[in-house]
Amino acid sequence: MKTELFRTCPESGLQFHKPAENLMRIHAVLAVVMLLIGGLSALAVTLTRWPAVHLLPADKFYQLLTFHGVNMLIFWIIFFEIAVLYFCSSTLLKVRLATPRIAWIGFFLMVAGAVVNNLAVFGGNASVMMTSYVPMPANPNFYLGLILFAVGALIGCFVFLGTLVIAKEEKTYEGSIPLVTFGALTACIIAIFTIAMGAVILIPTYMWSMGWISHIDAAMYRLIWWAFGHSSQQINVAAHVSVWYAIAAIVFGAKPLSEKVSRTAFVLYIAFLQLASAHHLLVDPGLSSTWKIFNTSYAMYLAVLASMIHGLTVPGSIEVAQRSKGYTKGLFEWLRKAPWGNPVFSGMFISLIGFGFLGGISGVVMGTEQINIIIHNTIYVPGHFHATVVIGTTLAFMSLTYFLIPVLFRRQVFLPGLAKWQPYIFGISMMVFTLVMMGAGTLGVERRHWDMAFTDAALGFDYPASAYTLMGLVGLSGTAAIVGGAIFVLITVVSVFFGKRVESESNYGTATTRLLKAEPTITPAGGHEAAGKFGFAAPGTFAMAIFFLAVFVVYYAVNWKYLASVWPMS
Amino acid sequence: MNQETTDTKQPERVPIMQRIIDNPFLLLFIGVVVPTVFYVVWGIMELVTIPLAN
Repeated sequence: MKTELFRTCPESGLQFHKPAENLMRIHAVLAVVMLLIGGLSALAVTLTRWPAVHLLPADKFYQLLTFHGVNMLIFWIIFFEIAVLYFCSSTLLKVRLATPRIAWIGFFLMVAGAVVNNLAVFGGNASVMMTSYVPMPANPNFYLGLILFAVGALIGCFVFLGTLVIAKEEKTYEGSIPLVTFGALTACIIAIFTIAMGAVILIPTYMWSMGWISHIDAAMYRLIWWAFGHSSQQINVAAHVSVWYAIAAIVFGAKPLSEKVSRTAFVLYIAFLQLASAHHLLVDPGLSSTWKIFNTSYAMYLAVLASMIHGLTVPGSIEVAQRSKGYTKGLFEWLRKAPWGNPVFSGMFISLIGFGFLGGISGVVMGTEQINIIIHNTIYVPGHFHATVVIGTTLAFMSLTYFLIPVLFRRQVFLPGLAKWQPYIFGISMMVFTLVMMGAGTLGVERRHWDMAFTDAALGFDYPASAYTLMGLVGLSGTAAIVGGAIFVLITVVSVFFGKRVESESNYGTATTRLLKAEPTITPAGGHEAAGKFGFAAPGTFAMAIFFLAVFVVYYAVNWKYLASVWPMS
Repeated sequence: MNQETTDTKQPERVPIMQRIIDNPFLLLFIGVVVPTVFYVVWGIMELVTIPLAN
């Protein structure tokens, strides 16, 4: 059997394959660099949408909005996700990474793509925003950069799949792959579909920008682009849900309430999550209501069901683990006594609550054809996706980073006192940010226009004063969130490059790739039910789920009532 | 050959759903085909059948 270099982290017990570890590190570092770039442009965008400040002129605003969107929604997240894929395959399955050299080629393609794309935007002739709708042209390098990046990410996905094959052949695990790895597999599959759709639309668009083909149909572009653009955010959902499960296991030793149910929920993601892309096209002509309603309602709700399963089972598994440790008083002692000073946990839990209550509920409203029209293309839409992608994904990835700094980078976290507060500063200000954005969107504030006052426009429009107040709050809360993000970047960069080394030894050794299978750490006597209350395994989580359902129903009903008031029937 | 030896040679029967879930390439097939058929192909068919304006 081939021998490889592995090391075991003494604190976590995780085993790292040296080439995989190097790749994880470099992808995580590049992710944070992209987060820094995206965060700086976020400040300029936020201060421009704040009516009292209105910082940038129109051309610079659209340039930096493009910069912000692409760096945050694509580069930061996918660099981090490739690191997560390598972690969930090589480290969790205790196996060598497949073809590290090819993985490095993928990495360099991603870097080249990010640089080429950013230079095109920086040059000032690619201010087309992330969606880059045709016939609005961008510098060809804008599309070329995205294509190079996507090919690199696709290579990362196939390295992940190859690593699963090696693990199965070398029998480094028994039965099914661990749930966290299964969630990463879900993210990988969605990524492959997403990148394929990106190739289908971006390659012709690149050829059009070069003048090699004369025309791209705008409706066709939107259809295929959103199969790429929205699905890319569904990679994030699968990835951050996997991170939730991982953190529940890491911090509490929690086991899923039901492996079968959680895996089935991931399968629902694989089959149906990408169909939610259709909600961007709900007011597009040419597509029938049957297509729109099937894709955004009947099929998408199966993916929503999956998210609700994960939203129930992750805190439920934490509750069971906490109750088995003796935190059994009332409904919520398990939650009160949770390690709220540990940013790994606090960030993950804020991510879960924010994703479910703000991103999830607003997503269903947006996916309903009738009530979507109230907020379509308003600033409600960025409100929704900042709840899913920033609170849901980014905060979950930040939480995992606090775990990875000592385990993967072998450094102590810089300013641990500040690190305790960072998830609260970032998470709570982002919650306010998304709420006020959605409020302003409900009042009709447009999604992308540089100037909500429409100064010098031929046809003016006056928003109510409350819309201006809400957009002022968008500026304040957005700035606070950027401060939270800056603290994260500061802590991460100083920890990784200048931080004190972790004292314990973790040297590489030559080991066979066939390693022992990890055993679950928590096994409550008598099963999950023995740790519960009132006949429920996780009664506190059940109560929270009922509260969530009540909020969901009320908000959904309020939107239908609101639709009735904006569209009076005589 | 006695009964005990026969039993030990029989592999454990894995339920069909678990075999599906344990096959990453079958899941990849599902994850590409379902959205391609319902979202992409169906959507393209609708767009290409829009009558041209006279």
